[in-house]
Amino acid sequence: MSIFADARTRLVVQGITGREGSFHAKQMLEYGTNVVAGVTPGKGGQTFEGKVPIFNTVADAVAATGANCGVIYVPPMAAAGAVFEAADAGIPLIVCITEGIPVMHMSRVMPFVRNRGVRLIGPNCPGLITPGARAKVGIIPGNICAPGRVGMVSRSGTLTYEVVNHLTRSGIGQSTCVGIGGDPVIGTNFIDCLRAFQEDPETDAIVMIGEIGGTDEQKAAEFVSQHVTKPVVGFIAGQTAPKGRRMGHAGAIISGSSGTAEEKLAAFSAAGVGIMKRPADVIPLLRQRLRLK
Amino acid sequence: MNIHEYQARALLKAQGIPMLDGDVASTPTEAEAIARRLGGTVVIKAQVHAGGRGKAGGVKLARNPAEALDHASEILGMRIKGLEVHKVLVVPAAEIATESYVGLIMDRDSQRPVFMVSAAGGVDIEEVASTNPEKITRLPVDPTHGLFPHQSLALAFSLYRDFNQVKAAARIMEQLYAAFVANGCSLAEINPLVTTPDGRVLALDAKIVIDDNELFWRPDLGLLRDDTAEEPSEAAARRANLSFIKLEGNVGCVVNGAGLAMATMDLVKYYGGEPANFLDIGGSSSPEKVINALKIITADPRVKAILFNIFGGITRTDDVANGIVAATRQFKVGVPIVIRLTGTNEAEAIRILEAAGMTALSDMDEAVQRVVTLAREAA
Repeated sequence: MSIFADARTRLVVQGITGREGSFHAKQMLEYGTNVVAGVTPGKGGQTFEGKVPIFNTVADAVAATGANCGVIYVPPMAAAGAVFEAADAGIPLIVCITEGIPVMHMSRVMPFVRNRGVRLIGPNCPGLITPGARAKVGIIPGNICAPGRVGMVSRSGTLTYEVVNHLTRSGIGQSTCVGIGGDPVIGTNFIDCLRAFQEDPETDAIVMIGEIGGTDEQKAAEFVSQHVTKPVVGFIAGQTAPKGRRMGHAGAIISGSSGTAEEKLAAFSAAGVGIMKRPADVIPLLRQRLRLK
Repeated sequence: MNIHEYQARALLKAQGIPMLDGDVASTPTEAEAIARRLGGTVVIKAQVHAGGRGKAGGVKLARNPAEALDHASEILGMRIKGLEVHKVLVVPAAEIATESYVGLIMDRDSQRPVFMVSAAGGVDIEEVASTNPEKITRLPVDPTHGLFPHQSLALAFSLYRDFNQVKAAARIMEQLYAAFVANGCSLAEINPLVTTPDGRVLALDAKIVIDDNELFWRPDLGLLRDDTAEEPSEAAARRANLSFIKLEGNVGCVVNGAGLAMATMDLVKYYGGEPANFLDIGGSSSPEKVINALKIITADPRVKAILFNIFGGITRTDDVANGIVAATRQFKVGVPIVIRLTGTNEAEAIRILEAAGMTALSDMDEAVQRVVTLAREAA
């Protein structure tokens, strides 16, 4: 099982001939992801790395290959258009890696994908990986992950790698790791992932990596206390961040007095989420909660 | 990106929002000339990216051009919340019957632009929101369709009873929404929106924040940036494509990725140190970025030790190692550097560092503890 991506994933890469797209398409192929198609307008008919057919449109790619998942590596100004295209072509799971998309573009994208029942992950995210199925959609380095039964969901990229690395080195594998993205308007949120992990018979515990800005973690904590029976541990980055400053991620900003780390940690605490004071704490907390040695 | 009030006024005026004539001045004599042209009593307003200008003495009434000259001389050059005033806005003093608040923000929860409108205007809207939330009318707008006529009317009816004023305000709501979309705003605010004794509806003050992600394809908006309103090190970092925020501590931090950069600052604090900055060198890190980062950090005399925390995913750790070696050859860093790197091309990175007489750690906690100790010893 796992969530969102698995052995049945048939991936189309939008922007496969670009600098980022070609680099990561190669990495995904090497990892074992079933990359069935690429899309670059004007390059239809060519092949990528001698094996992946390239199409002019996502609709052509879907018709020819039965792609059921799309990953987007196109530049910020074309990225919203790429999401519209994938959703219009009937792709049920779209992962948008691109950073720097104007929020107004995403504000127009969201009703469109919702109305079609499409799941969008991102934008400004590292994507997801299911090590047990060798299914990687995005940019998370495959070599730091290991198959297992801990689900991870995070707003960050490299901080996720840091925590995953601790898990793998301690012999704790992952069912699926999902990076939901650091933007203020994103498709899939913590609650969506928590719900999926709770329902996934192959996930035993959940690690949640949040950060300052917004109220997503607070709502997630509320959801945990009502609907999640599996152990959950969490981290919030940005405890030393000044107010009113955007900390790299467009969404990582304390506005007024709302969205602080204290407020989020208090919500975690109230919901029984195990609090990681530092990334390395993930190991003792999970061992304790899963009664592992 | 914050822009000044006079710039925000121009963007709103371009959509037809009614406001009093006014102009911006960089010298007292310019302010005097504007006051003479406008005639009557004027208001001299400091143009800085800080709230509470009035309380700080940055907003003054001038009854004639001579007073305008005097007040402008006082305000120009003064510091408000640490920011020097380089420009003043000179506008006629309005006769005010009522004051309201009209704001439009990009709301994270509803993922839409949301109007916030209140008849309790001219005050801090956040305070109203926390103490009397029922005094604020909220209206999310579906950006696919834009603001419907009945919505702009409903917002206007929440402010006024006089139907002429309602119609005027409804038109202003539509114009504000148009300005918000046209300029890629994350916030557009009129505070206050006033009525005059003769019944007109006017925007008296304007505030606009532009979504940074719009600037890439809207160089016209980028021109509105005032470099002098920024911390110099932050302006330099932005020009070098680095995401950097200056803080008060003595441990310089160079990290790849925003989340890991925040977690690194937090861990510095956890082990009893104080971070000097937030710095994300980004995904594809060229040696040049590392050199620029080190230059910006070492320009701060408070920095006593520097930590590199690099988790190589897309970032190649050997690129970062090359950058560190090149930087230390190019200029004298002057403070100890602790390097933690792990991930992509780690072995090559360690070889590069060792050839230059440096070492690297692979554990984040160990590296942070070491840099905190070094900074404490040097302080």
